[in-house]
Amino acid sequence: MSSNPIDKIARATPPSIAKHVRGFSDRTIAWLFVGPSIVLLLAVNIFPLIWTINLSFTNFRANRSRDVEYIGLQNYERILTDSDTWQSMQATAHFLFWTIFFQVLIGFALAYLINKKFKGNDLWTTIIVLPMMLSPAVVGNFWTFLYQPQIGLFNYVVEFFSGVDASSFSMIGSVNLAPWSIVIVDTWMWTPFVMLICLAGLRSIPDSIYEAAECDRASKWRQFWTLTIPMVLPFLMLAVLFRGIENFKMFDLVVQLTGGGPGSITTLTSIDLKREAFEKWRTGYASAYAVILFVTVFGLASIYVKALNKVKER
Amino acid sequence: MKVSKLLMATALTAVTGMGASAASAESLTLCWAAWDPANALVELSKDFEAQSGIDMEFEFVPWPNFADRMLNELNSNGTLCDLLIGDSQWIGGAAENGNYVQLNDFFDAEGIDMADFIPATVAGYAEWPKGTPNYWALPAYADVVGWTYRRDWFERPELMAEFQETYGYDLGVPADLEQLKDIAAFFQRREIDGKTVYGVALYTERGSEGITMGVTNALYNYGFEYGNPENPYGELDGYVNSAGAVAGLEFYKDLYDAGAAPGSSNWYMGENIDAYKSGQVAMQMNFAFIWPGVNLDPNVGGDRTGYFANPPGPAGQFAQLGGQGISVVANTDNMDGALAYIKWFAQADVQAQWTDLGGASALSAVVEADGFADKEPYNQAFLDSMAIVKDFWAEPSYASLLLPMQSRIHNYVIAGQGTAQEALDGLVEDWVEVFEDEGLR
Repeated sequence: MSSNPIDKIARATPPSIAKHVRGFSDRTIAWLFVGPSIVLLLAVNIFPLIWTINLSFTNFRANRSRDVEYIGLQNYERILTDSDTWQSMQATAHFLFWTIFFQVLIGFALAYLINKKFKGNDLWTTIIVLPMMLSPAVVGNFWTFLYQPQIGLFNYVVEFFSGVDASSFSMIGSVNLAPWSIVIVDTWMWTPFVMLICLAGLRSIPDSIYEAAECDRASKWRQFWTLTIPMVLPFLMLAVLFRGIENFKMFDLVVQLTGGGPGSITTLTSIDLKREAFEKWRTGYASAYAVILFVTVFGLASIYVKALNKVKER
Repeated sequence: MKVSKLLMATALTAVTGMGASAASAESLTLCWAAWDPANALVELSKDFEAQSGIDMEFEFVPWPNFADRMLNELNSNGTLCDLLIGDSQWIGGAAENGNYVQLNDFFDAEGIDMADFIPATVAGYAEWPKGTPNYWALPAYADVVGWTYRRDWFERPELMAEFQETYGYDLGVPADLEQLKDIAAFFQRREIDGKTVYGVALYTERGSEGITMGVTNALYNYGFEYGNPENPYGELDGYVNSAGAVAGLEFYKDLYDAGAAPGSSNWYMGENIDAYKSGQVAMQMNFAFIWPGVNLDPNVGGDRTGYFANPPGPAGQFAQLGGQGISVVANTDNMDGALAYIKWFAQADVQAQWTDLGGASALSAVVEADGFADKEPYNQAFLDSMAIVKDFWAEPSYASLLLPMQSRIHNYVIAGQGTAQEALDGLVEDWVEVFEDEGLR
């Protein structure tokens, strides 16, 4: 008697059910299996997307009972000509670029160090990954204290190293420093994530490749640039993709830290969108905004995934 | 056997379920912000529970999330709250969207007379449209922005002498806003008892309504108007951005630059309380609800703190209204119970007890009673403040009017971008767009 799990399930199927299923083709049974998933996908992903696109051409407000009118492309026109939208796009681009830049740089460096065998390796890995286990809202909240000019540790560290008076500057209150304050916190929190992905990449490189390079008298520097980097690159690019998508929709951490201020300097698109949708209740307008953001992320991600696949194929 | 067990379980579930729904019919959920007065209301409501046999349940949401949480609840026709103590600015939207029950007939039937309440609270918390006798709430908690100051610092002879020498007048409760700025600048970065202190804690919060609730205390007193009183939606230019309004906004920025504690770029009620109680600032702008707590504080309470109403400016003396009314949520499944609570709460003896427990009654008989002004050290400042209140828009589109104000004011005052004139001109454009969208222009 076969011990194959499928055979076991087949034997365990009650005769009353087996009688009905027996006449089904493989194709029908396959549909029975994937059907629920497809229905779920349609219900929670595809339908809301189509509905959002539909609403984006209306003046609908979810908190009003008045008649809804189709207004064509007016919402899109207003969003794309609104200077506030472009300012939030700029703030998002700044946040995205610098967080990814620092996270990749520091994350890879940490992974490279952790990959070396040394005493306490596991302990250090655990300590390093702690920040990413915290809730972003909690992180945002306690960093507001760290950034406090009178009592904040961050300002005192800066004072210790630079001699600049701790109470003379405010990271989250200054127009020039606030965009960097959110970059620093996000980098602190998510660098471990990039490190873990890079570490997986580094550990996937067989030692034999390095041994062959040693036999060919390749220097460490040469091994790093011609072996390590190309072989870790797909992992790095994957980390960039994850962090890019995550940070494009960054909300909680920044709201807790700066509330989008000072002024609108750190008002990212997700914050702007939330205010339009759930504070002003301009549902149609917010739907158009969401569609624009979706197309932007989807377009950029598609291009990026193609590039990633090319790198993998090399 | 299995079938009988299943039937028994089903029957048990049905019975307990029915029991639960029967219990919920005899309970009321009251929604409000999570703050000290809410705790006082829990105490007060025990009396209602004993009298009516209705269980009171409470849903208190921290202030930063209060508006989001409760407006979402109302807009989604939620059934969480039977009674809601909602912000004064929500009244227009909640009334027009059918979220609140109009209470006129109920008030008439029960002999509840709005003339018995402080007029400003009736206009601010209960009326919609404004200026008409259509009531959607009972004034529940009277509140207003005012000031606390470190009386013990103000009365130090060496500081008084230095201040007199520097500014040419006595250090004390400021007679006007310019004096308030002088005092804030005087204390800024001053060493007191070996500790560096600062002038003032202002409302500067960006995310919800903070900086608007602060800056209006300067704007009103320098001549800002929400529009032409005869044509408020149609004529904003020259009122919102008048020369007086611009001067008021410049004053608030000067006050922030000259006397605000470093790092106070996103402060609201909680942060101001913390700064004051920890001895960081000489003066604090805040709603009057904090005053009982300040008075009892072991570090700054008692004789160490004084209270005063928002000082006048060139165009008069006004203060930003806070506080809330209590409304019956239209979706309640216990309308009789909710109305019974309102009737109970409106009684004069309950209102007096409400104030004694740490609430703030808006009933004139309570606040005008003999001895009230002297009963607590802050009561006179509270009465002075309640006499000069003004409120922000309470239109259904209030959030659409609030958000650009938050952005424009924060951009100018905190981020230092552009001029006061540009900020207010921009605000006029934003508000005109909102009123056009609403079909009011």
